[in-house]
Parts: sequence; C-alpha cells; structure tokens
Amino acid sequence: MFNKIQKFIFSDILKNRIVLAYTLLLAILSWSVFSIEDDGNKGVLTLLNIILLTTPLVSIIFTAIYLYNSSEFIELLLSQPIKRGKIWTGLFLGLFSSLAVAFIIGAGVPIMFFVQGSIGLILIGSGVMITGIFVSLGFLCTILTRDKARGIGISILLWLFFSLLFDGLVLFLLFQFADYPIEKVMVGVSALNPIDLARIFIILQLDVSAMLGYTGAIFKDFFGTGFGAIIGFVLMCLWAVIPFMVSRRMFIHKDL
Amino acid sequence: MPISPGGTFFSNLLTASLLLVGHICGAETHHVGEGFGLASIKQAIHASAKGDTILVHGGFYKEGNIILDKSVSLIGLDMPVLDGQKKFEVLSIKADSVLVSGFKVQFSGRASLDDPGGIKVYDSKYVRIIGNHLYDNFFGIYLQYSQHCVVKDNIIEAFGREEQEIGNGIHCWKCEDLQIIANTITGHRDGIYFEFVYRSIAWRNISSDNIRYGLHFMFSNDDAYITNIFRRNGAGVAVMFTKNVKMYNNTFIDNWGDAATGLLLKEISDSYLFNNRFVRNTSGIFMEGTNRIRIEKNIFKGNGWGMKIQASCSASDILHNNFIGNTFDIGTNGSLVLNTFDGNFWDKYEGYDLNKDKVGDVPYRPLSVFSVIVEQNPPAMLLYRSFIVTLLDRSERLIPTLTPDNFIDNIPRMNALPL
Repeated sequence: MFNKIQKFIFSDILKNRIVLAYTLLLAILSWSVFSIEDDGNKGVLTLLNIILLTTPLVSIIFTAIYLYNSSEFIELLLSQPIKRGKIWTGLFLGLFSSLAVAFIIGAGVPIMFFVQGSIGLILIGSGVMITGIFVSLGFLCTILTRDKARGIGISILLWLFFSLLFDGLVLFLLFQFADYPIEKVMVGVSALNPIDLARIFIILQLDVSAMLGYTGAIFKDFFGTGFGAIIGFVLMCLWAVIPFMVSRRMFIHKDL
Repeated sequence: MPISPGGTFFSNLLTASLLLVGHICGAETHHVGEGFGLASIKQAIHASAKGDTILVHGGFYKEGNIILDKSVSLIGLDMPVLDGQKKFEVLSIKADSVLVSGFKVQFSGRASLDDPGGIKVYDSKYVRIIGNHLYDNFFGIYLQYSQHCVVKDNIIEAFGREEQEIGNGIHCWKCEDLQIIANTITGHRDGIYFEFVYRSIAWRNISSDNIRYGLHFMFSNDDAYITNIFRRNGAGVAVMFTKNVKMYNNTFIDNWGDAATGLLLKEISDSYLFNNRFVRNTSGIFMEGTNRIRIEKNIFKGNGWGMKIQASCSASDILHNNFIGNTFDIGTNGSLVLNTFDGNFWDKYEGYDLNKDKVGDVPYRPLSVFSVIVEQNPPAMLLYRSFIVTLLDRSERLIPTLTPDNFIDNIPRMNALPL
C-alpha cells in the first residue's frame, strides 16, 4: 500500500505541467550557462547561483500547493485502513523523488556532460539535498495551517529567509562582532542555513576558494576533511528529516 | 661523455685551429678531459694565464670547490658535469672578464651561513655566464658586488620544498649594470632575486613554480623587467622599496593561492608598468604605499581581484587597461582615493554611448560594494556568490552610498583595447 501511494504520486507529479516546466527551465539554464562559459569551473559558479535560488523556491512552493490541492485525496486515503504516518511518508517520498528526478534530468545531465570530476557529482548531490530539505519544509508549512493562502505565504517567507534574510543577518553579525575572532563560530552559524551550507561546500571545492582567505581556510580545515564532509552531509540530512518528522507527528495527531 | 685519445680528424683540426688562434693572440688554450693532457679543471686554471681559454671535454668532474681566480674563458664541450657532492660550492669566480659556458653544474653544498651557489661571482666585472644547466643547487647563480655581468640562456632547476631549505635561482646582491637574459628558473625559493642592484635588466626570463616569488627585488633602483613570464610561483612577484622601475610586456599567470598576488608593489615610486598581462592570479596587482606610478595598457583577466589598491597609494594613474572576467576589478581598504582611473575598459560596465565616440556616457565605478565590505571585514567573504551580495551590488551601482565617490572612471571605454 505504501509503495502504491508513492508510485501514484510520483507518476502524477511527473505528468504535472509545472514540474515539466521546471525541468525545462533548469535544462535551458544549465545548457546555456555551460555553452556561454568556456571555463567549466565558472559555469559551476554561475549555475550554483541559479540552483540555489530556483530549486528551493520551486520545491517548497510546489510542495505546499500540491499538498493543499490534494487535501481531498488525502482525506479519501485516510478513510482507508492505512496508517497516517505511512500516508504522509508516501506523500513525502513521492514528491521528493519526482522533484529530484526533475532536477537530475534538468540540471544533472548537463552538469555531468560539462563538469569533470567530483565537483559535478557534489553539485548534483547538493541540488538533490536542497530539493529534499525544501520539500520537507513545505510539508511543515502546510501542516501548520489549514488556510492555503497562509500556508503558501509561510513557505514563501521561509524561502526568502533562507536565501536572503539569513545572509543579511550573517552580514549584520559579522559587523557587530568584527572585533572578535568569530571565524570558527561562523562555521556553526552557516550550518543553520542549508543553502549557505551547500554554497560554501561547493565553493570550497573550486579554485576560487583561495579568495575566501583566512575564514575560507578555517572552513576548508573543517569541511575539507572526510570527517567534515560527513558532518556536512549529516547536517543536510537532518535538515531534510527533522522538519518532515515534526510535520508527520503533527499530521498523525491532527484532527482533520 | 669521454672522448677517446687521438679523437677524429675534425676534432684535431678544431684543436689545431684553436691553438693557432691562441698563439696569434698570445693566449693559450688548455684542454681538460680524459686523454687531453690535463685531468682536472683545477690544474688547468693553475696552468693558465690571463686571456687563456680552457676547454673542458665531456665527462664527470668531482673536484670540490673550483676557484676561478684568473680572467679566462671556461668552456664546456658536450656538457661536462661539475658536481659539488652536496658539500661544496661548485664554481667560485673571483676574477674579471670570465666566461663560463656549456656546463652542467649540480649538487652544490647546502649552508645558510655562507650561501654556497652552483656558480658564485665575487666582486668581479664583465663576467659572462652563458648556456649552463644548473641542477639541484642551493643557490643557482649568485652574484655579489659585481658589475657589468651577463647571465644568459641558463636553465636553472631545483626541487625545494620549504623556503628555508633552498636558495634563489639567480641571486644578485649589491650589483650594477647586470643583464639577466633568457634564463629558465624553476623550483628555487625566489626565481630571480635583486637586492641593491642598480641599472640592470631582466629580459625574456621564464620563472615558474618557485616556492616564494618568481621575481623578488628590494632597494633596486633604475631597473627594467621586460618580456618575462612569471608562472605558478608560490606568491607571484614582489617589488619593494624601489624607485624608477620599468616593467614592460611581462606575463603574470596562475599565481593562485591564499597569499598569492600576480605582482606585489610595495613602497614603489616613479615607475612605469606597460603592456603586462595579469591572468588568473588571486589578485593581479597588490599596491601599497606607491607614489607616482603609471599603469598603462595592461590586461587583467580572470583574476580574483584585478587590482588591490590600498589607500596609502597616491598620484598613481591607472589608464587604458582592459579588465576582463575578474571577480572583483578593484579592491581598496579605505575611502581615500588619490589615484586616477581613466579610459579603461571594464567588462562589467553597463553604460551606453549615445554619441558613438566609443567612450561610455556614464562614469563607471569599478569598486563593488561587496569588495569594500570584504576589505573591512574579511570573513564576509563567506557570503561570496550569495543572493544578498548580488542584490547589494546592484543597488549600490544605482545609488552609491558605501563606496568612495571619487573612485571613478570618467571615460570608460565601450570596447576592449586591442592589446
């Protein structure tokens, strides 16, 4: 039963026009970025910006809209003898896998085609991770409120927070504490934002990391090692799992 | 390669003609090599007089420290090897008008007190060191208190790992009127090192993969550096405490790393940089405390920072350069601007040219707000490539508030200069 929900949602979403458009958008962007930039590394940087902006936005808002639109379908499923947790997990896996597939087809293929070595894989991996994280946050947003407009509003705010406001706060903190050695603290602070985590992690793999200077060296000391990379990966996983688990718990106990 | 006694007809002929020339000029030619009378170079030097020629035939010469204290020409045939066994300074030149040519000089001693070199020139004039191969020496070629010397066409290589374990490729100290031409230097501490060297020229050298600087010079006035290539050196090229330097047609490329710059200018005055290329360096030029220097028609391409100009620089003109594909074109650490930036091409310029005179109608501000922020607060570099930085830069371009007002190119070019 669990697999069937997942499979149904997966195929339903893959046929969705918005997801198709999203795939197409990513594909056009990536192919054009790589054909304009003759240097693969620079292409990665440009694409990184695009991915870190569009992927979270599409993931979180599409998830919210899809969940609100399929509320009747969810209610129908609930009338069947299936556990609530299973339904919610199935929905999550279905949404995540279909958006991840869209990302891999749209951006992953050109990346594999143009970028040599592990950087391409890391870029695709973090794109998929970001997708998972923001789908999970989308689940949290929708369960928080029954009102569709408000739920979508919250998800847009969350996206704005992670991709813009958080960095503004970081900048503010940097200037407030400019007299203190806060480089190491910044490693911890950046872990609070998955988008920053992905961005820094990828920049560290590239030549431009030399421009990050002393702070970059501290980050490299931490994330450059196998242990640090594992920590980074685990952090990203936590970002994907915790919001979803919270929403699942709320869904199970919710009076629908 | 040992040559058999007797040799061929031609080598006999050569020897004979050289002997003849020697006799006409009153100078003699001495042969060193297995089967050529003299077995060691030391014996030949002992036997020779001023103006003589010593021909060293191919072979392996392990003679400790050879001291050349007579004005003779020491010429190697078939690249004879002079070996210092990692104990001795290989060749010490202590006479004027010496020519050393065609040797492979290898494995000099290592000592930081008396700085042994592969070839070291002491207090001499008109010494010429041409076409030698210096292999794994502590210092490659070392000149001190010498004038009018020529170091040309040498290949100098070493395999240093730490700065303190190796000397410089071509080291010049308290010299005048030197010509350093067409040498290739790799793996030393500094490729070419000048200290208290005046009226000298470095031309067509290639200095790459050295541990510290490709070229390092201090307190060396009135020198010129022309058409050299400085590639992949630990920290690029450093030019310090000097006036009246000319740098033309040099290439500074791939000096990439945390502390690397293509060219570091510190306390330089009255100098001229023309038609150099700065490609893929962490920062193309780093300027500190410079006065009255003119930087004209250079290319800055693909650098992290095209130029970093500290507020301590004054009266410097940055004119007619191409800035292409740099992450930041310009960085600075203060709001004081005493330099001019006119007539450059900036690929980030977004202005228009209504009257079609190929000059943009809107002035260009090369200083992005993010580079100002980073300079004040280096950890902010963490936000590199983040959305907020793009947004800040955009809004600053429209309404400049944080960047200094007079950091401005009033006549930015619409098209790159054909350099």
